[in-house]
Amino acid sequence: MRHAYQGIPRWIYVLATAGALFVLLPLAAIVAKVNWAQFLPLVTSESSLTALGLSLRTSAASTVLCIVLGVPLALVLARGQFRGQRLLRSFVLLPLVLPPVVGGIALLYTFGRQGLLGRSLELAGIQIAFSTTAVVLAQTFVALPFLVVSLEGALRSAGSRYEAVAATLGARPTTVLRRVTLPLVMPGLASGAVLSFARSLGEFGATLTFAGSLQGVTRTLPLEIYLQRETDADAAVALSLLLVAVAVAVVGLSYRGPGAAGTRGPGAAERALREGTPETARERVAP
Amino acid sequence: MRLPHKPSALVVAALLAAGLSACAAGAPASGPGAASGTGGSASSAGEAAKLSGTLTVFAAASLKSTFTKLAAEFEAANPGTKVALSFAGSSDLVTQISQGAPADVFASADVKNMAKLADAGLLDGTATNFATNVLAIAVPPANPASIASFADLARPGVRVVVCAGQVPCGAATAAVEKATGVTLNPVSEESSVTDVLGKVTSGEADAGVVYVTDVRTAGEKVKGIPFAEADQAVNTYPIATVGSSKNKELAAAFVALVTGAEGKKVLGDAGFGTQ
Repeated sequence: MRHAYQGIPRWIYVLATAGALFVLLPLAAIVAKVNWAQFLPLVTSESSLTALGLSLRTSAASTVLCIVLGVPLALVLARGQFRGQRLLRSFVLLPLVLPPVVGGIALLYTFGRQGLLGRSLELAGIQIAFSTTAVVLAQTFVALPFLVVSLEGALRSAGSRYEAVAATLGARPTTVLRRVTLPLVMPGLASGAVLSFARSLGEFGATLTFAGSLQGVTRTLPLEIYLQRETDADAAVALSLLLVAVAVAVVGLSYRGPGAAGTRGPGAAERALREGTPETARERVAP
Repeated sequence: MRLPHKPSALVVAALLAAGLSACAAGAPASGPGAASGTGGSASSAGEAAKLSGTLTVFAAASLKSTFTKLAAEFEAANPGTKVALSFAGSSDLVTQISQGAPADVFASADVKNMAKLADAGLLDGTATNFATNVLAIAVPPANPASIASFADLARPGVRVVVCAGQVPCGAATAAVEKATGVTLNPVSEESSVTDVLGKVTSGEADAGVVYVTDVRTAGEKVKGIPFAEADQAVNTYPIATVGSSKNKELAAAFVALVTGAEGKKVLGDAGFGTQ
């Protein structure tokens, strides 16, 4: 197909290999350390399955919450025009660089018993600390930026040309959003959602600080690993491998190759619009 | 050449990887890789042997305030020496030492973790027990749930936080539960005693089961409620020189300080038992 410029200096490959090894070796070390004879019993023990189930359920709930809150945020950041937009973006992305434990402390002083909102919630009979809700909140807090960044990037590279056309044809904003914008950026939204899910699955610091650790309620798989490590290194390693496997599967799902998003097509709306639009090709190259 | 379709995707993937690995395990960096004392100045003049070099001490997290004080005293008494301290959960420290971390002295919060190193042949000589610690109930200063005894913790509606059974303070709590016949229904089982204390100081929990010394350290932020049944689970703290230490003379001098009169005084002031 295309022949892109391939003139990478050889020494770059050496460094790239070192970089790849740096990531892969520790993973290989986990695999090497697994006590295979005990692997199945360790991974299928009651506490492990409970933790895995809780992790999957809370991560799914967090992903839904990320979509509900993140899609509007990304739209406003990519398409809206208002004062303080850049500032808002910086703050929304903050959890990406914050240590999770700081996020946990922040959540504690927001939703905790003595927190900003916690007092009113407590009066209303809602108790968040030490509940599964707290786990979901902690995970959403750290995972939301992944969805927003992914989707905002997709929105920007898609441009607003098709939306403009749809609007001139008489579609109202909500219709444009539903029929044109969202189908156009669906791959970006999907990969953002998958990344949020993966990040939620790996959440540890904020959960430990904010939600506590109780089997079946707040002890997710990373917390279970942290605890098992105290007494049973074999169990911790086995569970780590399980989490690595789930993470690989999830990330693999979202990046099935560089062309995946393009070849699968963003959906019917784009294809319909693209037909008879000669500029499409050019536009895709230079968004 | 076609531009990358989703430039942000790669960035996101990289950030994700960073986020996944950023588990706040709270593991402190071990000392600045400074196990190797000079040791060269060991003049053979017996008592007058001048100590020098850097000593790396790995100690249980509950020893933080006392060992920080003792290390300063040690440095003052032995000019030319430097004590690098690393505090973490005892089992974390055992793992680090087993993996070759450069520790000269190890002080554990329980006998079990010290035994792991002894069994692995990683100690120099045998360990010496130097302190004991017992459990206490920590409640917020206002004591919202009116806790007065260990049995009160089992009342319905009381939000109690304890250590998980896998860590020493949790094992001690379980021993007290067994001895008293009181069964707790904690809202959370934390992996360290400091996490339990944190839930109490932040007001999230009505009560937490911690060590007497933690209550002392927390000062005004919590109120301590001692209970007689705590005697059922006395935690013993052993200290030993690590076999791979390159400055055993210095290590022995520090162990002597901790187990001696000065150590007893500092530890006793902090609430430890030193009999």
